[in-house]
Amino acid sequence: MTYDDEQIAQLLAALPPAPRGWVEAAQELPLARLRIDEIVARAEADEQFRARVIADLEGALAAEGYEPDPALVEALRARFRSS
Amino acid sequence: MSETLSDAQLVARCRDGDNDAWRTLVERFSRYVYAIAVQAFRLPEHDAEDVFQEVFARTYEHLARLRDDAAIRPWLAQLTRRVCIDRLRAGRREQPADDAELEESAVDETIERLDEALLVHDALAGVGESCREILDRFFTRDESYRTIGAALDIPAGTIASRISRCLEKLRGELEGRNHPSTPSGER
Repeated sequence: MTYDDEQIAQLLAALPPAPRGWVEAAQELPLARLRIDEIVARAEADEQFRARVIADLEGALAAEGYEPDPALVEALRARFRSS
Repeated sequence: MSETLSDAQLVARCRDGDNDAWRTLVERFSRYVYAIAVQAFRLPEHDAEDVFQEVFARTYEHLARLRDDAAIRPWLAQLTRRVCIDRLRAGRREQPADDAELEESAVDETIERLDEALLVHDALAGVGESCREILDRFFTRDESYRTIGAALDIPAGTIASRISRCLEKLRGELEGRNHPSTPSGER
């Protein structure tokens, strides 16, 4: 496969970087999954924690030292709804 | 370390729970997924961001079911296409069928071009860090000679000749490379 300089320039320009925050959020997926599993397991095992989570999810997470970012909160709500 | 792995090796390591490999996989394909969403489907940034996150979330969940680890790129392209179409359908359900067909051929054409662009981008890995940085900054990020010179601590007056030399290296790297593999499915 051969390209001239102009073709290479056009092809390089066709793939600009995705916004850094998007990439970092996707890279943290495994960690986020672990965190979610941990919180769900805790809620299943600990009745008091479960009650706090149901009453005020963000507050319960913050009180336990978890950063209640919107993606985590939404993912947890989905998990609790489905369980 | 995982930057030098092949796509298949990278997928296998991700499946084994190697977080570093996952980070590399996201890095390697982030531009591609992003470009499909904003160039092929012309999604606005907020929709593109949702598509981007959903594609990688589904990829993470489906790694164990990939039929061919080496074909992660075409698999990602198909997944991104499906997620974009779902997003568009949710936004404008009453679009006439003819228009949708016309758009589909344009989408195919753009994705073909992006496949080729990804090959060229991958070849940057073989030209050395300094060349990769200069070419990426100049052609992809559209930075000026002055900005590149300041960022890389090299005289701005030498950038043009460096770009020319790096392009030559990249052309050499590209020669002999094969076309991308064909689409894969799941196990």
